[in-house]
Amino acid sequence: MKVAEAWLCSFFRRGRQEWLAFLFISFAMAAPLHAEEAVVGFLYVGSKADYGYNQAHAQGAAAVKAMPGVKVIEEENVPETIAVQNSMESMINLDGAKLIFPTSFGYYDPHVLTVAPQYPGTTFLHAGGLYQEGKHPANAGSYFGYIDEAQYIAGIVAGGTSKTGKLGFIAAKPIPQVLRNINSFTLGAQSVNPKITTQVIFTGDWALPVKEAEAANSLIDQGIDVITMHVDSPKVIIEICERRGIYSSGYHADQSELAPKGYLTGAEWNWPKVYTDFVKLLQEGKPFPHLLRGGLKEGIVKNSKYGPAVSAKTIELAEAAKAKFMAGEMVIYKGELKDNKGKVVIPAGQSLPQTDIKLESMDYLVAGVIGSTGS
Amino acid sequence: MNVRVPAQVLESLLIPVSALLAALLLFGIFLACLGNDPLAVFHSMVRGGFGSAFAWRNTLERAAPLMLTALCTALPAQLGLIVIGGEGALVVGGVSAALAGGLAFEDQTPWLAIAAMLIAGTAAGGAWIGLVGWLKHYRGINETITSLLFNYIAIALMNHLVTGPWRDPASLNKPSTRPVGSAHMLGDMPGLGVHWGLALALALCLVCYTVFRQTTFGFAVRIAGGNPRAARLAGLPVGLLTLITCFWAGAAAGLAGSIEVAAIQGAANASLAAGYGYAGILAAFLARQNPLAVIPVALILGGISASAGLLQRSHHLPDAAVLMLQGIIFITILSSETCYGRLQPWLDSRRRA
Amino acid sequence: MNGEALGWWGVPLAILGGAIRAGTPYLFVSLGECLTEKSGRINLGLEGNLVLGAMSAYAVSYLSGSPWLGVLAAGGTGMLLGLLHAWLCSFPKVNDIAVGIALMLFGIGVAFFFGKPYIQPAAPHLPALGFGDWSASAQVRAALEINVLFLIGLGTAPLLGWFLANTRWGLMVRTVGDSRNAAEALGFPVNRVRAAATVAGGFLAGVGGAFLSLYYPGSWNEGLSSGQGLIAVALVVFARWQPMRCLYASLLFGGAGALGPALQSVGITGGYYLFNAAPYVLTLLLMAATCSPERTLSGIPGELSVTK
Repeated sequence: MKVAEAWLCSFFRRGRQEWLAFLFISFAMAAPLHAEEAVVGFLYVGSKADYGYNQAHAQGAAAVKAMPGVKVIEEENVPETIAVQNSMESMINLDGAKLIFPTSFGYYDPHVLTVAPQYPGTTFLHAGGLYQEGKHPANAGSYFGYIDEAQYIAGIVAGGTSKTGKLGFIAAKPIPQVLRNINSFTLGAQSVNPKITTQVIFTGDWALPVKEAEAANSLIDQGIDVITMHVDSPKVIIEICERRGIYSSGYHADQSELAPKGYLTGAEWNWPKVYTDFVKLLQEGKPFPHLLRGGLKEGIVKNSKYGPAVSAKTIELAEAAKAKFMAGEMVIYKGELKDNKGKVVIPAGQSLPQTDIKLESMDYLVAGVIGSTGS
Repeated sequence: MNVRVPAQVLESLLIPVSALLAALLLFGIFLACLGNDPLAVFHSMVRGGFGSAFAWRNTLERAAPLMLTALCTALPAQLGLIVIGGEGALVVGGVSAALAGGLAFEDQTPWLAIAAMLIAGTAAGGAWIGLVGWLKHYRGINETITSLLFNYIAIALMNHLVTGPWRDPASLNKPSTRPVGSAHMLGDMPGLGVHWGLALALALCLVCYTVFRQTTFGFAVRIAGGNPRAARLAGLPVGLLTLITCFWAGAAAGLAGSIEVAAIQGAANASLAAGYGYAGILAAFLARQNPLAVIPVALILGGISASAGLLQRSHHLPDAAVLMLQGIIFITILSSETCYGRLQPWLDSRRRA
Repeated sequence: MNGEALGWWGVPLAILGGAIRAGTPYLFVSLGECLTEKSGRINLGLEGNLVLGAMSAYAVSYLSGSPWLGVLAAGGTGMLLGLLHAWLCSFPKVNDIAVGIALMLFGIGVAFFFGKPYIQPAAPHLPALGFGDWSASAQVRAALEINVLFLIGLGTAPLLGWFLANTRWGLMVRTVGDSRNAAEALGFPVNRVRAAATVAGGFLAGVGGAFLSLYYPGSWNEGLSSGQGLIAVALVVFARWQPMRCLYASLLFGGAGALGPALQSVGITGGYYLFNAAPYVLTLLLMAATCSPERTLSGIPGELSVTK
């Protein structure tokens, strides 16, 4: 009992001393700098080093960390429950965070929407593009990229490189974002070779390495020779493709070093640009866009470097399409477009630019995709 | 006889506290070996979990579901059953609550809708674990294995329903059931900023403690748990006791699921399976299956997880540090089980000497 | 590269390949659990051994360049966790199921704590033997590319069965598992036998983890195991404590896991969540069919706390 008492006493004494030290240091540092260090918080739903979704965001955080006058705090593996609300509040209350990037799609509703009104002094910028003007709090914002543009380019590369004319797509869940990536990838490939098909396998969740590996093997057994994906961590799939000697196209982040032979290209996020832009705006006290969306042209998404297996002719086609995106002339979804059940989803003569809200609720797979949107 | 009671009480306080301190000591040594300052880390833990009004709210919000899922393991333990199916019962309860709240009661008065949600979730969770109890008693299937399998089946069912037949077409990129609507959500308790689910959890712990420790029903359950054959000879309806106990165990976890939907998520989706059920097993064992002790244990565990973020941010410890600490606490508390009943003989021998 | 499509033949091939690839971790964990349970103790924490084994195998393989050293490291960490389990359970009144859950949490915590730096790098993999090299079809060759660890597991199952049935030590394990009193009367060191069985079981489970990270799917990350270690415990009940049946059941579970993706690849697209849950339902049905309150499972060790 004596030991415990002594331990407890020293513990509390230490607490007080630390507080004093803390006040002293902050005062001392604040004086010569004449500027207060802005605390920016990042929350990730998984591990920062997953070669995928979270790593892409963590690279953005690293770029912010390198900016002057900014202190970055990060939390990994935060589930989409009350835990994320508490973590955000904890960053504000205990670390004084002025800007928070909750980077998982599921953090927004209800979590950001619950916390943001209580902390008007902090800005919440969410990855997902879900902000609704007039309905959602003024200190919140949401941004997202048309990464399907990069998937369209990847589709051109895949279609131009595939020998069997069969592409594979391993995806987590049949949600609009994922369906749009599958469709754009397929339409890109069909722009090179109209007969091309894309076989889809849904694994059911964002990170299931064994299922993803089984899906890759099944696709390869069906004669598919290019695989791309929309799961949180593409590492396993890319490695299996390389081992079995077929081509792969990456997602989220650059995976080229995992498959030096078979990696064609990949659809990547460019979060460092987005995040540093946001932080700059806020540092200068300028208003920030509540809803930021953009694709290749705006520099929010990009493609990985072309791999060695991509022919010069294919690169030419891909670059031509990219130039059209950069010029703002490219429309992926235009009539007449049929889904894979034969129904017309976009009538002839109609064309939907990337910003069209209808594309946000996509619930079909275009003709040429083998798979279904049910669970 | 008069001397024996204090020794037992003393034991039931002294042993868990020493075990907890031993766990902190082990964790501290571990941190020190890695070059961290253990006292600074503990200080952050206290600050993050209990250091301010906000920290307390954070802790209480995390503790509320743990209290309920802990009951899912603690109640069957009175019968000598080890049920680890809290996660599945929570998920089943959450989905049922969302269904009740979103479909049947959209135009009803708020309290009626909330009541419908809570009752639906409670009943569904109860039936889920009740089935585990039925399989145990009438089919002789081991309840630990069944409830484990039931977790996986519940999560698969939930995923299937939420992305398939029961999906709200408007829930675009996060497949969910229809939202219950903000008017029908369970609000915060005035002055505390914590939702009413906490009050329900506390109340249920108290009720369970009273029922299982103070009534003849509870006495019968514990006899059946201690010696089923003797209980049967004494004419106790062991099967019925098993069913009722398992039903209430599942009902508690199902209530946790409906609170998760009614107070936080607003709809059922994959976020329901967030591990509260598994953390509840830990809480139940740490509380030595005592429904009242579940409350402080859940508070400690909630406080630890509330401080986890601060440990990542201020000490650059990986998020798994908290998982390790929980494992160590679990191990020391379970090992301390062997110390019970030794204080009295030791006191006696001292008195004799 | 052979680009021909297999069509419907792809389904049985995927199930065969999946049974071997995805079934191997189940095989090692279930054999380990089977041995432990035969001695009268249940170790619910083998999921922790599996995850920690996967992490340490990957880390050691990456640092040393030798995947086999990684396998040994995985076995070693598994043994340590097994030893801890055995030691804690040797105290009176300590519940083995609860200690198992605690060690699962602890093992996963340690693996995630130290595993962060090894998510990114690529470690050398375990070699595979091409049993399908006779075939002209790339698909058959890929399905029959069999890892040495699977062959070791394939050999361990009958060996463990023979060991338990025919050797003196095997008899000792079974006696200790069936009745503590009888074992004590015969002068067997109950706690030491159980400790040895738990440590050996922990070793096997750790090796199963090495297969996950060093061969299939072949990388280390925090979502690597989706509960295979826990399911393997149920699998032992399914196999009714016989090593050879553990082998068949592991293959069945592995193949069932491959069923969902394989069916989708030939156009059966609905209900993949339900297909993924098929093995659990199957186990449940089998237990329901073979159990009754009067007659407990045949082959179950009498001392096992799940029977009491």
